[in-house]
Amino acid sequence: MTISIDSKDSNTKSLQPKGWLRYFSFSLDHKVIGIQYLVCGFLFYLIGGTLASAIRIELASPMSDFMPRDVYNQVLTLHGTIMIFLWIVPVVNGAFGNYLIPFYVGARDMAFPRLNAVAFWLIPPSGLMLVASYFVEGAAQAGWTAYPPLSITTPQSGQIIWIMSVLLLGGSSIFGGINFIATIIKLRRPGLKLMQLPMYCWAMLGTSLLVVLSTPVLAGTLILLSFDIVAHTGFFNPVLGGNVVVYQHLFWFYSHPAVYIMVLPAFGLVSEILPVHSRKPLFGYTTMVFSIMGIVVLGLVVWAHHMFTSGTPPWMRLFFTIATAFIAVPTGIKFFNWVATLWGGKISINSAMLFSCGFIINFVFGGITGVALAQVPFDIHVHDTYFVVAHFHYIVYGGTVFIIFSSIYHWFPKVTGKLMSEKLGILHFAITFIGFNLCFAPQHWLGLNGMPRRVAEYDPQFQFVNQISSVGALLMAISTIPFLVNIFLSIKNGKDSGDNPWNALTPEWLTSSPPPVENWEGEAPLVEEPYGYGKPISQEN
Amino acid sequence: MLNKNFYLILIISAVFGISFWIGFNVNLLPVEASINAPIYDELFKILFIIGLIIFIGMTIAVIYSLFKFRKRKDQYGDGIALEGNLSLEIVWTIIPSIIVLIIGLYSYNIYDRMGGMKELNHSHEMMTSNTEKIWAGISQASSNEVTSNNLSVEVSAMQFAFLFNYPKGEFISGELHVPVDHKVSMKMESKDVIHAFWVPEFRIKQDIIPGQPTILNFTPTKVGKYPIICAELCGPYHGGMRASIIVEEESDYKDWFNKNTKTEVSL
Repeated sequence: MTISIDSKDSNTKSLQPKGWLRYFSFSLDHKVIGIQYLVCGFLFYLIGGTLASAIRIELASPMSDFMPRDVYNQVLTLHGTIMIFLWIVPVVNGAFGNYLIPFYVGARDMAFPRLNAVAFWLIPPSGLMLVASYFVEGAAQAGWTAYPPLSITTPQSGQIIWIMSVLLLGGSSIFGGINFIATIIKLRRPGLKLMQLPMYCWAMLGTSLLVVLSTPVLAGTLILLSFDIVAHTGFFNPVLGGNVVVYQHLFWFYSHPAVYIMVLPAFGLVSEILPVHSRKPLFGYTTMVFSIMGIVVLGLVVWAHHMFTSGTPPWMRLFFTIATAFIAVPTGIKFFNWVATLWGGKISINSAMLFSCGFIINFVFGGITGVALAQVPFDIHVHDTYFVVAHFHYIVYGGTVFIIFSSIYHWFPKVTGKLMSEKLGILHFAITFIGFNLCFAPQHWLGLNGMPRRVAEYDPQFQFVNQISSVGALLMAISTIPFLVNIFLSIKNGKDSGDNPWNALTPEWLTSSPPPVENWEGEAPLVEEPYGYGKPISQEN
Repeated sequence: MLNKNFYLILIISAVFGISFWIGFNVNLLPVEASINAPIYDELFKILFIIGLIIFIGMTIAVIYSLFKFRKRKDQYGDGIALEGNLSLEIVWTIIPSIIVLIIGLYSYNIYDRMGGMKELNHSHEMMTSNTEKIWAGISQASSNEVTSNNLSVEVSAMQFAFLFNYPKGEFISGELHVPVDHKVSMKMESKDVIHAFWVPEFRIKQDIIPGQPTILNFTPTKVGKYPIICAELCGPYHGGMRASIIVEEESDYKDWFNKNTKTEVSL
């Protein structure tokens, strides 16, 4: 028997199911895969959010009284793992990357459509496997960092399933990264120069480089850890002469760049959204490109700032302090440029714009606490406390998740051809912004005053502030209701948006909404000025 | 034009004024109870003020832009086609670089004053052998220190407790008693998983790593009872892994020490 491979993907595409069924198929269409990533990621966000609510309910009282202590550790481990590997990374990279990058480079699909579909279809089974590990012998309970020897001594089945699941998700991420690099470098429409690409392409190029360089290190580390657990080797097990700090170095060599894998695409997305809704060109395009690449390079050499209390030698602490603090410079450039993009514009105050501005404010706050945490003497006191919890939620929730919502409001008309309700959108923003800040701002104080992270019980003096935080978490949970109502109502009864409701100039809007299977009816347009607002090119539009 | 500049200067000085006022008047930190603490709080104050200036400044810029440049109902078309400004880019590259560099050098200075850059000089009786690698925590030194006067304690951490061994008195305690204003030198070892020794009032924290003895020195300056908190996830009862450090006058400490030594001898 011979296996025939269609030389043209369009042949297979015409055989694939139409309508909503295609979202459950092994579709090769980058737009379908993008939506698959987004919806799948959002379902896991709801699971991760439920776990977060369980944590905040437990912490509403100083005693450990809501769930058993080992279950609490499983909940916090699953919460972290799900939110990072199944919600933020797949959505800011996979969902928006797949949907937008082929449009931005003027291609009809990604470079490797089958690899692309494989990358997505690895996610649901590994995610379900991770969640289901709770019902085997209990899920992993060593935190998302899985530090040995704790991860070696806790019940094994949960930890092994956790490792397998993260390995598969890492594989999915690497496949995606290779695909994005190939698509951006090799699939550009003839005549389109690199420096004419929309900023999200640069962000995805930088992110994908980080994915390809650092994720294999995580994979190798976790395989060694699984050997320690299953085969009783001694790579990290101190009883057998292993070194636990080596694990931390290897783990953070991936997991610090992972922060940039989560925020750089968000930086790209906000660079697309702000110019459209403020009707102004993106300020400082060239410096924005260089600052992304600067963050990529610096992001690879700062990992040990997670280990300032692990007994690292002084010179190493000093080097990682300076390197980490210097990331603030390219990041700062980006924020100044975004504010300069707003300055002098004609800003439409809509849901997409509000979430983007909320992102700027939250992220600046998280960035400032980040520079403080980079300082060794500062970090020694607050390391592994609620100060750190607050800091990274300001980065990944206040930063990236705000941009995910902003992007959904911005590109919803592109995907569906319908407009979302602005009233519900602004309500969603208001509840999210208030709830988020109420939840996480007080946690800085908790950390400074003596509450460590990952605890189910704490001193009664911290009860009031923890309750404020829990009320904030409740608001965040409530905020998903107007969002979901808005999505379903708009899909069903939303006003027709037309092809280009925002009069945007980036290439994805220069086709019909929703776009045809191969993106353009004719040839892909050559967009030399994706941010040409205020110029003749924009007036013609 | 003069008017515009006047308002700008007014707003900037207001931001600085508010930030400095908050920085000097709002205390977010617990009691200072070791030599480290005031040094730490000095760094915290500086970082807090700089952070507030940047945060308040950026927030005002964003909210002002949203208000001032919002699209009015009768408006249509685009904003100005301003694509960048090289001198502005240079300014906001160089100024943050300088700020970051100064903060970095300053925190290096703070860390040095805390003793982080010093060679660890641990008192003799606890050096088991020369080949044993000892990892550095903070090696805090007061100017008038006399090494023989140091209190040496061996700390064992296990799921889910700390034990303090006083080699001189040959007894083990579940509470850490130390005399005020004396340098304490701890050699810490973990029996199982990674733990951490954290006393928020002292502003010190050090992981306790299995298979790797770690040294942490500190000098308490204030009499009182403070919590010792495990800060590294170590299992189901991690949240309950607590002990107390009791800083007392030297005479009280001696009484406690002798009492414990005696019971040990009479057994």
